[in-house]
Amino acid sequence: MLEIKNLHANIEGKEILKGIDLIVKPGEVHAIMGPNGSGKSTLASVLAGRDIFEVTDGSVSFLGKDILDLPPEDRARMGMFLGFQYPVEIPGVSMVNFMKAAINEHRKYNNLDPLSASDFLKLMREKKEIVEITSTLTNRSVNEGFSGGEKKKNEIFQMAMLDPKLAILDETDSGLDIDALRIVASGVNKLRTQHNATIVITHYQRLLDHIVPDFVHVLYKGRIVKSSGKELALELEEKGYEWIKEQY
Amino acid sequence: MSVENDKILTEVTQNEYKYGFTTSIETELIPKGINEDVVRLISAKKEEPEWMLEFRLKAYRHWLTMKMPKWPHLKLPEIDFQDVIYYAAPRKKPKYDSIDEVDPELIDTFNRLGIPLDEQKHLAGVAVDAVMDSVSVKTTFRETLAELGIIFCSFSEAVKEHPDLVKKYMGSVVPYTDNFFATLNSAVFSDGSFCYIPKGVRCPMELSTYFRINAANTGQFERTLIVASDDSYVSYLEGCTAPMRDENQLHAAIVEIIAHDNAEVKYSTVQNWYPGDKNGKGGIYNFVTKRGICKGDNSKISWTQVETGSAITWKYPSCILKGNNTTSEFYSVAVTNNHQQADTGTKMIHIGKNSKSTIISKGISAGLSQNSYRGLVKVLKSADGARNFTQCDSMLLGDKCGAHTFPYLEIDNESAIIEHEATTSKIGEDQIFYCNQRGLDTENAIGLIINGYAKEVLNKLPMEFAVEAQKLLQISLEGSVG
Ligand SMILES: Nc1ncnc2c1ncn2[C@@H]1O[C@H](COP(=O)(O)OP(=O)(O)O)[C@@H](O)[C@H]1O
Ligand SMILES: [Mg+2]
Repeated sequence: MLEIKNLHANIEGKEILKGIDLIVKPGEVHAIMGPNGSGKSTLASVLAGRDIFEVTDGSVSFLGKDILDLPPEDRARMGMFLGFQYPVEIPGVSMVNFMKAAINEHRKYNNLDPLSASDFLKLMREKKEIVEITSTLTNRSVNEGFSGGEKKKNEIFQMAMLDPKLAILDETDSGLDIDALRIVASGVNKLRTQHNATIVITHYQRLLDHIVPDFVHVLYKGRIVKSSGKELALELEEKGYEWIKEQY
Repeated sequence: MSVENDKILTEVTQNEYKYGFTTSIETELIPKGINEDVVRLISAKKEEPEWMLEFRLKAYRHWLTMKMPKWPHLKLPEIDFQDVIYYAAPRKKPKYDSIDEVDPELIDTFNRLGIPLDEQKHLAGVAVDAVMDSVSVKTTFRETLAELGIIFCSFSEAVKEHPDLVKKYMGSVVPYTDNFFATLNSAVFSDGSFCYIPKGVRCPMELSTYFRINAANTGQFERTLIVASDDSYVSYLEGCTAPMRDENQLHAAIVEIIAHDNAEVKYSTVQNWYPGDKNGKGGIYNFVTKRGICKGDNSKISWTQVETGSAITWKYPSCILKGNNTTSEFYSVAVTNNHQQADTGTKMIHIGKNSKSTIISKGISAGLSQNSYRGLVKVLKSADGARNFTQCDSMLLGDKCGAHTFPYLEIDNESAIIEHEATTSKIGEDQIFYCNQRGLDTENAIGLIINGYAKEVLNKLPMEFAVEAQKLLQISLEGSVG
């Protein structure tokens, strides 16, 4: 599904990712943890193709294809979804129009006709239930005036709509109360299949009580310094990141 | 924006101006230049009554005493007014009773512009007056409208057939002495539309005038006059295009609107004159005076404009709120790209008690263009309880363009409530990336974001125009971002 080899990336000449290796297979859930400023969001952005970051070395293959030369929209259309840590507001653009445009771009890429208005609305209704998001949100402009929690739910809603092969969720749990956390996690779990994979970037163990990972990685100073099973998350919860920082 | 985006931004405009074709039609031109004889000649060509010629001559003589305005935030080139042809008309019969008599080339021209002159084929619910160069070619649905007592015809016809109405209202809102370009128009205006809605009538269809400049080296000077009697309603649309030509062409129009007691007039424009090429060569100079008067109590006038064309735009659709409890609205989206310059806005003059005005202006600048909002809110002593709300937003695409706002307030009544909000924004790299990540390419992302930004204004357009305008916004900015 995803194979990252020796990935290095800079921003404004400063090296942030210093050689990342990671393999993700279909059906797996990987958690990436690590202190603030380690490069977790940078990794997510680089995978999604954000051009403010410059890849200086390494390779990334997604679904067997080298993607580093592809524009972000093509990676998205191939089935890569990024749930943003800080979703942006797009004033005046309704969620409905935004999603319709997005879905139809994905369909076009896969040589499918655009969805009819009624099929589209049906799909919206279906997916709204999964994340328990109300029409009052989907009738508004993209993220405009949404609370932190609403924005995160909206990310999962979009993920449900686009049905990605690989979802990278960047701190989708931060800023959520317990109820919202449960809803978001159960949304993610409902969307899990044998054929898709998820990378969950998080700070806290608590999300991993709900979304149980197959692997936990610790990213620190631009490198994956430790990889293990889900028990690693518990250890981090207990001991904090200090022992990692001391070691590396 | 990132370096990458900046680079993309400079790769400005491969945008093709879709309406840039010319029609090879036999055209009758008069010699270049302006003097009293030319004014007389135009009047004679139009077989005008003496009073009309007098009006023109008065205006012409006054114009000789005037100078081109220097105050707009525009680099105004020297215009040689002796190098302009002031009258051009398709040579065949200037007015047609049935579609069969219209030159097929003309029908074809308007078809290509999406304006079928054939009533059978026409968009349901829109009556059109098509003006090519100096002459009104065809007005559709006249009979249907006449049954309701609505007059919708070319200005020339109105001068002949409804002289009392024309005499009474022409120049009553924009006097012939008003400003340099309005005065020039008053001297040499060619044609335009006239519309009269009788008392108590709600016009059942959109009325529209479609202006097309075709002939080379000619100026277009049209005049529109709309009179809404007591308790009437009309929605009016105006569209404009021109061929691509290397030289600049002059367009100086006048629109006057009179709304009597309880009447409502909505005037919408999608201005898409040729903007010139990406190096700033060619394009229309658009100097327009548009003004309405809410003459009667409780009357309402709203201006909605989508301005994407012209090399230079100088235009301030305004309203005099004379009656009590009158309302006026100005909704504007002005896009400038490449070397375009726009200085546009409005004037709201509050005279009546409890008069209310709303101004929503959305400027979008790209390329090397300059986009200015200029707005005056004037509240006279008599206007107790006057209110104005102004929102003036600018959006910049790239860092080589400029956006400017010049709000003027002249408030003479202490009970007036005036609010002003202004914002300047850029399309964020993060917004574009967010859209990219959902599968939209950058061009589409920009289109979506721009249309979202302009939505408040686009929503005010009649349906038939709104979709067209949305596409136009995107096309106008095509190539200005990767
Ligand atoms: N847009 C940016 N411009 C400059 N530096 C950045 C930018 N984004 C991230 N960084 C830097 O990259 C490093 C890693 O940040 P980030 O990937 O957001 O970490 P994390 O998500 O693990 O908290 C930090 O030092 C941060 O300051
Ligand atoms: Mg982060």
